[in-house]
This record gives sequence, C-alpha cells and structure tokens, in this order.
Amino acid sequence: MADAIIPNFGDDEETDRKFVLICSKGNLDMAYPGLVLANAALGEGIETHLFFTFWGFDMITKSRMWDLQFSPVGNTAMHLPGRDTKMPQSLSPMPGMTQMATKMMKKQIADLGIPEVPDFLDQIVAAGGHLWACRMSADMNQLTESDLRDDVDGIINASDFIEMTDGAQILFI
Amino acid sequence: MPTATIAGHEVQINDEGFLTEYDEWSEDIAEELAKNIGVEMTPRHWEVIKWLREDYKEKGETATTRRVQTVGGFPTKEQFQLFPKKPAKKMAYIAGVPKPHGCV
Repeated sequence: MADAIIPNFGDDEETDRKFVLICSKGNLDMAYPGLVLANAALGEGIETHLFFTFWGFDMITKSRMWDLQFSPVGNTAMHLPGRDTKMPQSLSPMPGMTQMATKMMKKQIADLGIPEVPDFLDQIVAAGGHLWACRMSADMNQLTESDLRDDVDGIINASDFIEMTDGAQILFI
Repeated sequence: MPTATIAGHEVQINDEGFLTEYDEWSEDIAEELAKNIGVEMTPRHWEVIKWLREDYKEKGETATTRRVQTVGGFPTKEQFQLFPKKPAKKMAYIAGVPKPHGCV
C-alpha cells in the first residue's frame, strides 16, 4: 500500500519570482493578454504588477475603461468568428465596422465567462495584484490620479519603474 | 494509476496526488488532504469545497476562481485568504476534483 502522494504546491519555499506586465495597448483585443496572464500569475502565488502606459492607459482611465474597442482595420488575420472565412480588407474601414467587431468580440469573451476589462482588473486587485500608471502618459493626456481607477497604486516615472522591477520578469504587451 | 490510503480509505490518485474518482471522496478524506497542504478547515472552507463539488457534478469540469466568485458567490479576496497563494489548485485538491481547465 503506497503512501499518499502530497502535491508540492511549491509555496512553502520563499520565492522571489516577480512578474511585471507593461500594458501599452488600448485595443480591446490587446488588453486581454496581460489581464489573463496577470490573473494566472497571481493564482500561482506570484507577486504581480501591471504598468499602464500610452494607449494602455485607457484600461485604467475611468471615463474610457468600459469602452475599449476592437477594429478589424489592418488586421489581415481577421476572420468571422468560428469560421475560416476572411473578411475583405476593403470592408474593414466601413462605418460601423469597429462597433460591430467590438460587439462581437465582447460577446465571445462574455460567453466564456471572462469579465470585462474593469471587472477583470477588480479581480486582479482582489487577488493581490498591483496597478501602476505611467507618469509621461498621465502628463500627455492631462490626467491625474482622480481620473484613474481608485485602486491604482500610484503614478510613477521611468526611474521608479526601473527600480521597482529589479529582478522581475517583464513582459511588454 | 497509484492508490493510496487516506483517512483509512483506499483511493485512486494521480501522480500529483489528486483524487481521480469523484465518488471516492469523503469529508474525512478532505480533512486529511487539507492537513497535507497546511489548510485548516473551517465552516467557510467547507462551504467552498461543497459548492465546488456540486458545481463539478453539474458541469463536469472544475470551476475556475472566476466562476467560484461569480457563480459560487465566494469573493476572490476570500478565496486567497482561505486557500493561500494558489486557491484554484488547493480547492480542487481538497474537493477531490481535477485542477481547473480554463484560463480565467
């Protein structure tokens, strides 16, 4: 009779693994990779930070965070959901196309039980994730802390970022 | 597939130590599994574990932490408090269901 195997969740050992994601895109489709990976890292007990810069700033700006969009313009990989049919590039800049594509993508995401961007960030913060905003982006957009989600840890500059990410694994999205 | 004796029951487990047969689970086994990974079961822990098992029975797959929050009603923050650091895997291990499949 064998002894029970006890899974090694690896959380007895102190780990200094630190994961930092730079979110630089404000398109709906490019917001998700960072959110999914941050959430997964937190679920593995890893210290996780998200740094929002340039267009990625929209993800944490209160007035914009619910309205990220997905546009088929310039995306040659764009095809109709679940099919191999490609959409002709000439159609993608037509009026209403971005709204339609956004609506369709939001539905696909919701159908998988995956939250909208602001709700997803709520979950990430609840799981212990940290949100940081880029100083230069804030200045360019003339935004202050009051324009951002209340749970943003702070607006930091490039040197602060370099200091903060000492020894971290960094992913630029 | 190895077998093991847990809380006096002979059960089938996989190579990570997770129970592989849903019906071989019992509360005394769960108690022992929790102890193995340093979790002390409280009434709230039991609520989560029992919900997870019910949901698995209904859906045929293990709920992700997202689903445990939105459908089960156990806030993310609390899941991390009850099952520190790796809630999804720890909940599944104690509940005798597979690790969750989904990304979110």
